[in-house]
Amino acid sequence: MSEFLTYAIPGLPYGCVFALVAVCLVLTYQTSGMFNLAFGAQAYVSAVIFYTTVEEHHWPLWLALIFSVLVVGPILGIALDRLLYRYMRASTTTVKLITAIGLSIGIPSIVDFFFGSSEKLNPPSIAPHSTHVYHLGSYYLDGNGLFTVIVTVVLVIGLGVLFRFTAAGLRMRAVVESPRMVQLAGISSERVSMLAWILSSLVTALAGLMLAPLYGDVDVNNFNLVLVASIAAAAIGGMSSLPLTLAGGLLLGVGQQVLAGYLPLNSILAQGLRPSFPFLVLIAALLLSPAVRRGRSAPDPLAGCDPPPPPLATSLLGTGLDRASRVGLPVFVVAVMYVTLFQLSLHYLDLMTEVAIYSIIFLSFTVVTGMSGQISLCQMTFAGFGAFTAGQLATDHGWPFLVAMLAGGLVAAACGAVVALPALRLGGLYLALATLAFAVMADQFLFPLKDIGGGEAGIDVPRPVVGPIDFAADRSFFLLCVAILVVVSFAVILIRKGTLGTYLAAMRGSEVAAASIGISLARAKITVFALSAGIAGIGGALLASQVQHADSESFVYQFSLVFIVLVLTTGARTVEGAINAAFAYVAIPEILGHFGSLSVLEFALFGFGTIAYVKHPEGVLEFQKRSSIRKLNQLRGRLTRKDAAPDPGGPAPGMGGEVVGFSGTGDVSD
Amino acid sequence: MGLLEAEGITKRFGGITALSEMGLSTDSGEIVGLIGPNGAGKTTLFNCLFGLDRPDSGRVLFDGQVIDRLPVHRRAKLGIGRTFQRLELFAEMTVREHLLAAERSRVGGGALWRDLCNMSAPSADERARVAELLEMLDISEIADRPAESLSLGHGRLVELGRALAMEPKLLMLDEPSSGLDRGETAALGDMLLRVVAERGTGVLLVEHDLELVRRVTSRLYLLDFGQLVVSGTTTEVMEHPSFRRAYLGYTA
Repeated sequence: MSEFLTYAIPGLPYGCVFALVAVCLVLTYQTSGMFNLAFGAQAYVSAVIFYTTVEEHHWPLWLALIFSVLVVGPILGIALDRLLYRYMRASTTTVKLITAIGLSIGIPSIVDFFFGSSEKLNPPSIAPHSTHVYHLGSYYLDGNGLFTVIVTVVLVIGLGVLFRFTAAGLRMRAVVESPRMVQLAGISSERVSMLAWILSSLVTALAGLMLAPLYGDVDVNNFNLVLVASIAAAAIGGMSSLPLTLAGGLLLGVGQQVLAGYLPLNSILAQGLRPSFPFLVLIAALLLSPAVRRGRSAPDPLAGCDPPPPPLATSLLGTGLDRASRVGLPVFVVAVMYVTLFQLSLHYLDLMTEVAIYSIIFLSFTVVTGMSGQISLCQMTFAGFGAFTAGQLATDHGWPFLVAMLAGGLVAAACGAVVALPALRLGGLYLALATLAFAVMADQFLFPLKDIGGGEAGIDVPRPVVGPIDFAADRSFFLLCVAILVVVSFAVILIRKGTLGTYLAAMRGSEVAAASIGISLARAKITVFALSAGIAGIGGALLASQVQHADSESFVYQFSLVFIVLVLTTGARTVEGAINAAFAYVAIPEILGHFGSLSVLEFALFGFGTIAYVKHPEGVLEFQKRSSIRKLNQLRGRLTRKDAAPDPGGPAPGMGGEVVGFSGTGDVSD
Repeated sequence: MGLLEAEGITKRFGGITALSEMGLSTDSGEIVGLIGPNGAGKTTLFNCLFGLDRPDSGRVLFDGQVIDRLPVHRRAKLGIGRTFQRLELFAEMTVREHLLAAERSRVGGGALWRDLCNMSAPSADERARVAELLEMLDISEIADRPAESLSLGHGRLVELGRALAMEPKLLMLDEPSSGLDRGETAALGDMLLRVVAERGTGVLLVEHDLELVRRVTSRLYLLDFGQLVVSGTTTEVMEHPSFRRAYLGYTA
């Protein structure tokens, strides 16, 4: 017992920070419906500002504390709410989640741009007597730790009282049910939400300051890992109970330290289990928590007032334009290929190859998110499984690469099917969190294993050789990648047009109704996850083959987050969307690279792309395409007066192109 | 032995007993009404029969088969079709696509390789069946409009058509007339009578519009506070004192 406490007590401060951030997650989720994955980034901002003002500008501690917690924290919260979140009250889970992920990528990148990305070691503590060691019997805790515990207890009690017993708290809870209903009752739901954002940003900023000394370093990765632990704590609390959330946070903080104490050093378990402990807890909480399982996200009762998503732009194409694009597209593709192969230097040929490969990986999002509406945050992990499988089979077992690549796709697909199992029950936000947990676990535990990712050295992945053709040459490898991209693209288009695509469109519309016509949701979800994981696996194998190497660093979970933000911003519904996203992903760092210091901003650009996404959830590309097609149609209508093309959307056949009103036709024509 | 037999269905939500010991039986070719004031447990019973809720106790038999533990889509395949009180349409699909999806699901044959070989286009046979159904429901004119642009009345017809495309043995309709005007409700009644006459479908109808109920149903179950109050032929139930009490609040 005493040994247990020796390990457990130093875990308390960690647990408190986890709990604080978790409480913020619950608070904002409950008041604005937004699961703010950007809290890690917000805490990072305040911690960096505190560090810089104290260490570099030698401000007194109290001034830096007031500035970073009471000024910067709330201002950031207000800014995010005013500029972004308040437009998103009625947005779908997907839009909210992707926006938060975008911010969590973008904000740290901006911070690094202004404050430099150099290491910030030994951050100062805000606790009085921070290094003094307090003895509690035979156990001890330093001043910083003790202060953290006390602050957390005070804050949590205060927030609980506010939430339960005050008028403001009642309004906050009402806004969660339906922002519009609250508006109808004469209360500004915007002001209520803003209060919640100010509060939670403030608490987060404070948590950030208390966290930094615990890790001895102001590093954004620590903040992200803390965030995942906090998500697990929030899941233990069923995303609603503050006491349970607090307990969950403490359990995680203490559990991590206790595990570290008991497990033998340097064993696989110690190295793997400790970092992946929060993720195991998260998955367990998601699968077992009755609150989460019951909590099918109830839509806003007034959600019917929102306009539904617009149809795909291609459905607006007139026959003439359709024909033109059918001829134009292949011509364009051939032209691009010709220029790439014969006009560009090898460097750009390499980049174009990357575009082709990333397009394949991004198409996996088109399948899983674009078609079925599920959010997967572990596509790069699937790519990793594909790459490691292909590499091991090709290098160690002498399989031909293309066969090994397909095997990699199959292994990834199997992983996808396994990950889909919680999808059957969870869906929406919780599914996204479960896939995130899986991705981080693979990243921290599975990929570093020697048997999977080849350990420190990584594994060699050969270029393919088919009969007399050796794809080691860059030109032929580029052609191969493009050929595979074309095959995958057609597969995706055919599936979207086919039965599975129809079933998935039905499911997106209404899961209950889809089941009511005999569609097995379970089968459709597993199929779509396996399919998309398989596509990602093939892409991952090619990615590794291009650089002829893969290790655990090649497929870290952050990639999946950047990718999903990028693809959804560009347009996850179409093949062109994926290809454009891949082009942006390869081209933007290349362009920024020419400007030296600006290259830090690469992720800021990707991250803040979500602002455009909020306005056009169908993807920027779709939006552009739709408006240009509309303009072309109008132009054509003006040129050929006789069959004036109506604004597409609901032309009734045989009605002279006039749009029929909503009143129906039966009674009028009788 | 009826088409659908339910006995002893009990469902609790927390401390509230939404349904207690409810039994029910319907047969092919008849329209059976399920009536009662708001909160009587009608929709809960529907959800238990259809598999959206799992009853705490009780047994459901369909076509002689125990279906208690079957998921919704399996019950649908066995021949239970359903419409919803709050419209559940596939927002991005046209009316025709709604029916085609149901038709495809009924016939089966949604293998992935067929998609990949571009062999999933609707066959002439499927198109003909759907066209026939559109004709019958008198919605051919809106067949190619997206579901999101439909009026409530048309939306209800599309849900009915989607359920009918599954060629169900039993059709469960949850307040099909709510939001319809008198003319539309009358047309819906005609439609139901025709479907039952032509196809021999059994219909279980939850409905507030007593005029429609009186016109189309042959038998009624009256529920209140989660319990069966009275059942019998439509005339018997409507003349029963507890009917007036439940609906008009008279104390006899």
